[in-house]
Amino acid sequence: MLRFIAGRLLQAIPVLFAVVTITFFLVRAAPGGPFDDEKAVVPEVRAALEAQYQLDQPLHRQYFSYLGDLLRGDLGPSFKYPGRSVNEIIAAGFPVTAELGIYAILVAIMIGGVAGVTAALRPNTLQDYLPMSAAMIGICMPAFLLGPLLLLIFGVKLEWLPVSGWGQLSGDKLLPSLTLGTAYAAYIARLSRGGMLDVMTQDYIRTARAKGLPEHIVVVKHGLRAGFIPVVAFLGPAFAGILSGSFVIETVFQIHGLGRFYVQAAFNRDYTLIMGCTLFLSVLIILFNLLSDIVAAWMNPRLRAQVGGGRRK
Amino acid sequence: MLKYLFVIWIFFVIVGCSQGESRVAEGNRLGILHIGNGAEPSSLDPQVATDVSSAQIMQAIHESLITLNPENLNPEPGIAESWEINEDGKVYTFKIRQDGRWSNGDPITVDDVYWSFSRYLNPALGNPWSYMLFPVVNAERYVSGEIDDFSQVGFEVIDENTFQIRLRNPTPYFLQLIAHSSSAIVPRKVIEEYGSPTARYSQWTRAGNMVGAGPFILERWDISQPIVVRKNPNYWGADRIKLREIWFHPIENGATEERLFRAGQLHISGGIPTDKIPAYEDSNSPVFHSQAYLGTYYYKVNTTRPPFDNVKVRLALAMSIDREAITERVMQRTGSPAYAFVPPGTLGYQPPKTFDYDPEIARQLLAEAGYPDGEGFREFELMYNTSEGHRRIAVAIQQMWKRELNLDVTLANQEWKVFLDTMDNLDFDIARAGWIGDYVDPLTFLDLSTSANGNNNTGFADPVFDRMIYEYVPSAPTERERLERFYEAEEYLMQRMPIIPLYTYESKYLMAPSVKGVYPNIRKLINYRYVYLEDQ
Repeated sequence: MLRFIAGRLLQAIPVLFAVVTITFFLVRAAPGGPFDDEKAVVPEVRAALEAQYQLDQPLHRQYFSYLGDLLRGDLGPSFKYPGRSVNEIIAAGFPVTAELGIYAILVAIMIGGVAGVTAALRPNTLQDYLPMSAAMIGICMPAFLLGPLLLLIFGVKLEWLPVSGWGQLSGDKLLPSLTLGTAYAAYIARLSRGGMLDVMTQDYIRTARAKGLPEHIVVVKHGLRAGFIPVVAFLGPAFAGILSGSFVIETVFQIHGLGRFYVQAAFNRDYTLIMGCTLFLSVLIILFNLLSDIVAAWMNPRLRAQVGGGRRK
Repeated sequence: MLKYLFVIWIFFVIVGCSQGESRVAEGNRLGILHIGNGAEPSSLDPQVATDVSSAQIMQAIHESLITLNPENLNPEPGIAESWEINEDGKVYTFKIRQDGRWSNGDPITVDDVYWSFSRYLNPALGNPWSYMLFPVVNAERYVSGEIDDFSQVGFEVIDENTFQIRLRNPTPYFLQLIAHSSSAIVPRKVIEEYGSPTARYSQWTRAGNMVGAGPFILERWDISQPIVVRKNPNYWGADRIKLREIWFHPIENGATEERLFRAGQLHISGGIPTDKIPAYEDSNSPVFHSQAYLGTYYYKVNTTRPPFDNVKVRLALAMSIDREAITERVMQRTGSPAYAFVPPGTLGYQPPKTFDYDPEIARQLLAEAGYPDGEGFREFELMYNTSEGHRRIAVAIQQMWKRELNLDVTLANQEWKVFLDTMDNLDFDIARAGWIGDYVDPLTFLDLSTSANGNNNTGFADPVFDRMIYEYVPSAPTERERLERFYEAEEYLMQRMPIIPLYTYESKYLMAPSVKGVYPNIRKLINYRYVYLEDQ
């Protein structure tokens, strides 16, 4: 197992290196720079500003000096927010994004789980078709459509819920969490329906029923435990996806999480902040995928033997 | 289904946070002002920050040699208790007050003042505002590196409480430049403690590190959180300061801000969403405020590209735009029609009106230029930076040009930085622009169209106009004569129309009735020394 983890971590190094390199040169290739503004500054001032951030040096030298800083864990100073380091902005933005992500996952599990189980209990009836069609729509509907749609209905027309912000007005966390969680709720609904359908025909369920247990105990205590395994395996990649997918949500709802800083950084050509956010998210995605592989291996003995290496010979 | 609703309800209860007494009521009781402050401020270093949300906060925590009265924008004592201007208007002598203290209790000395200006112009810092002090003798040469001895620049310490500034030419608006937030006097000792004084990313502006000369002192500044400043007990005029604290809330979304205001969370909002304005206007709401603002929205014409190199074409385009329709219907009266570049009421200046909405004459002009009924006129592009507001105006104007002149216009939008790049390279036909005055004087608008100005971006270079702005106007014997000469220059400019003015900005915002001491002025300046709250 340790060897498996070490192997995966080693694989991550070239991946991250490629991410850094590609991002570095891509953002520099974009037209405009961090110091372009509505009011053009005096040429000498502009030169001085660029010199402060070593932008006057040849590109390859900037690249190597960035790599050097990176090895020391320093993501550099932000261009847009002088006096703030990229590390600091990520540290301020990430908790918000993580909180949003956790709520979204909870929404996804609750709605998706209930829908999936409900559907699995009476397969091929209206009780199955209705939540499953809703799930299909949920999967197909992109967040940048669902978000504004919910906003329009609950925020603008009905004025029940705030249209943006995070923790500023009561209830403002609801719509973003719902929007972000919906697509994943749909996946989870389908996964849990499949899992439950499998499980509910097993012998031990019939035994439980034969013992005279009430149906809801059979479903919740005996069915769910096994039926949810595919869902658990899905949560790792799902959380990684939610963290990166929250950019859209954070932009739509103007939440000051990492995603919003990331998007703004791209607009501001805040080179170091773009790099920092990209790198940070890449690391997270790699870690969550690894985590979900480990959990899957731990739950599934066959896989465990495979990743365990030596024993299989 | 019930289960669903229950789950959602529980979630709502957990996530939703309820507040007791509203922030406004509590603020009124305790003397705490809550302001909606737009985007996250970039920096609180006066010689680094250029954004509006930073400037708002710096108004509270820093002080310049002089300050401006919020009612009439007249200069008032700041770090300087008095000042004198010599007869030819070129030498300004400031008496530095003896009781001036930094927020840490140290005395503010004339050396601090001198050092602040040397930092302001230090080429290594890259102060984006440095052009503001170019009227000072040798300032421009120092910034451009032509001379590297700061003692040759026109700043001088005469004695321990006298400071003198010498100008190249009489500059009637010079005191405004000195009162500007970028001209704040900064604490040398503290800045040097936190590293190089020319490093933009210095830590001296952090809460806890920051020392200032302003009426308030920075208490808390965390990313995305309200910035809190509290009264500075060491401020020379502390007796006059009535507010205990000010909270600057970073809120970018206008709709959210408006709801926060209605929920009693804010005393003053930064703006109002356009679609909410009619409701407030129609009901004559006492919290609704509207005032002219020192800014103009206009279109730049690329005068280097045919057929726009023809002045008749440019005039025809300008005269076929129904500005009333745009400000009334497209913009819900968030601006007023502009027929000249300088906003009316800029220091008593009223701009000329050289043309009007007149499609008939516009068609004639276009025909004279060789394009009767738009025939033979190439299809051209109207460029704007990506934004729904700009798009709506562009669509309206596209239709007007089609209807009145039979011209085919395509709309194009670009992301902001790409757009700026396009402007710099003059790679457009007609493009949207906006200009907010740096100080209240026609010059901050009119020098934009001079040939050497870095923000001209129209290819318009007219030696006659350049001479008017740089020789004819400055040589005016009296202030009145000076404004008359500006009038002539603007008339000349508008007859050539390298820029098509569309509307003058108006600022509209919400303010609770308990807030006193905030006055309407063209700079939208709030002088916190005057502000107090009435507990109802």
